Amino acid sequence: MTSVGLHHFVLLSAVLFSLGIACAIARRNAVAILVGIELMLNAAALNLAAFSRFGALRAEGQLFVLFVIVLAAAEAVVGLALILAIHRRLRSVDVHRADSLKG
Amino acid sequence: MFGNLVSMRLLAPAVVLGAVALFLFLASAFVRRRETGRWLFPGAALIGLAAALVTLLETVRLQYLPDGYNCLLGGCTAFLGMLAYDPLAVFFQALVMLAAVAAVVLTVGSPAVPQARRGEYFGLILAMTVGMCLLVSANHLLMLYVALEAVSLCSYLLTGFDAKARSAEAGLKYALYGGVASAVMLFGLSWWYGLFGSLNLQSLHFCMLGSPALSPGESGAAVVALLFILAGFGFKIAAVPFHQWCPDAYEGAPTPIAALLSVAPKLSGFAVLLRFAFNLLFDPRDPETLAYAPAQLEWALWAIAALSALSMTIGNLAAIPQNNLKRLLAYSSIAHAGYLLMGVVGGSQGGIAAVSLYGAVYLVMNLGAFAVVAAVERATGSEDLLAFHGLAKRSPLLAVCMAVFLLALTGLPPTAGFVGKVYLFASLLKGGGSLPVILAVVGIVNTVISLYFYARVLRAMFLLPPEPGLPERIAPDGAGLLAAALAVLTLALGVFFGPLAMLAEWSAGFVR
Repeated sequence: MTSVGLHHFVLLSAVLFSLGIACAIARRNAVAILVGIELMLNAAALNLAAFSRFGALRAEGQLFVLFVIVLAAAEAVVGLALILAIHRRLRSVDVHRADSLKG
Repeated sequence: MFGNLVSMRLLAPAVVLGAVALFLFLASAFVRRRETGRWLFPGAALIGLAAALVTLLETVRLQYLPDGYNCLLGGCTAFLGMLAYDPLAVFFQALVMLAAVAAVVLTVGSPAVPQARRGEYFGLILAMTVGMCLLVSANHLLMLYVALEAVSLCSYLLTGFDAKARSAEAGLKYALYGGVASAVMLFGLSWWYGLFGSLNLQSLHFCMLGSPALSPGESGAAVVALLFILAGFGFKIAAVPFHQWCPDAYEGAPTPIAALLSVAPKLSGFAVLLRFAFNLLFDPRDPETLAYAPAQLEWALWAIAALSALSMTIGNLAAIPQNNLKRLLAYSSIAHAGYLLMGVVGGSQGGIAAVSLYGAVYLVMNLGAFAVVAAVERATGSEDLLAFHGLAKRSPLLAVCMAVFLLALTGLPPTAGFVGKVYLFASLLKGGGSLPVILAVVGIVNTVISLYFYARVLRAMFLLPPEPGLPERIAPDGAGLLAAALAVLTLALGVFFGPLAMLAEWSAGFVR
């Protein structure tokens, strides 16, 4: 059995990022797009923590992860508030129905 | 490099703005009387911004006068290298604060924002200004990302602030698009950190060129990481192909916020992009290299040039069929991101000075155009081109102001827009080589295209009869007065541009 190394983490984060961006592009539900964005942010956070731990770098990366967690939460709050505002008016969170702005 | 205690005095403008923003958030919870809020909220915001501008001047004094810290020309870095307080940062901080002042003035008489929620609204504008001040000073990729997010979060909320349905839709589109862009940028940053182990902007150049030989896979990863980071900048300055949010956000947002978004975040994005690009492309120890990028990084320069050419061309072409003035100005602001990127490609101190100068001029003329739109919208309830038909008869003042701004945005003399464009093209062509010449030709062709759709608005205002059903006269109000002042400034800067050019030269001093 091999031990878990840097490239396992990097591979996992690459998969997470790809899933996140696929979700953000393909889904029509605004909440699902927000979930995709969270996946992408967490993939980057995992990268930072892994590089900091295995790359013999300074703790800068782990510090960065703390900021990313807070900012991801803030972004979810703002995103959900706007989704709520849209839902009150359209009775839907489907981004394809929000199409009054065009051109 | 200063430690934390000394740095606090340099941070003073941001601290003042943050304190007033917190006061406004608290006051909006406790002040129930509508009459009190009517003068208290905008008054506090304006006083906060004025105090921040004064403390900003004080930080300049601290840095350069003999009794202060007496930094060298390159400026100081505060908080152990996290923030740079160099001429570039001071110049752009002053610009974003002035843009925020204009947004507050435009809001005062605007029907878009409900009176009961004005406290939070002005608080968010000030919080966004704090974010932009930190962004233009960011000297470290962590600081850069946090500041970028602070600006973005406030702008999503402000875009969705209007009670109309299209405002919430615009805010949501902006937030989802911006969320993806910032996550992509963060992923790029995480790879940059993993490959080079450093997040300091000043080490970018040595990371890319001076590190022990990277394997082909690793240098490929570095290129991808850099492209991801550039995508984040492209979103902030609304450059094609990261621009799709821009017309929707401007159309849906309250007009004062559209005015603010079209100048302040864009200019702070440009300031940080300048800092990033110059730290990456040019060897700070060797001023001789300032004119061109090293061969290994020439592709990055081509990538920025491609962004510039695409933004100009697509921005101008998409503006032609627009009938909504806010949408038209949004596409014009995308095209202007392309013009400003020409200065980044031009490189050298001349290029930075040209971007600073054009940035200041763009601030004046674009805010002015939005002020006219705000005044017309207030009187007619519409920002459609139809509402501008025969404006010359209904309100000669507004029509003449708008004509000045549109001519300046095209870049015709004797307006400030002409001076700015001359500086941009001159800085681009000074370097020599095939890339600047191609880009300059694209720029000149685009200036001609832009004349077409700006002239459509001029024709509607001066040649077409007024639409029936619209008010006969539009009385000048706060927005109209602001527009008149900015129009005078646009003309004055077109003739007496010496002082502004000197300030712009000074702001380019950070590369020395």
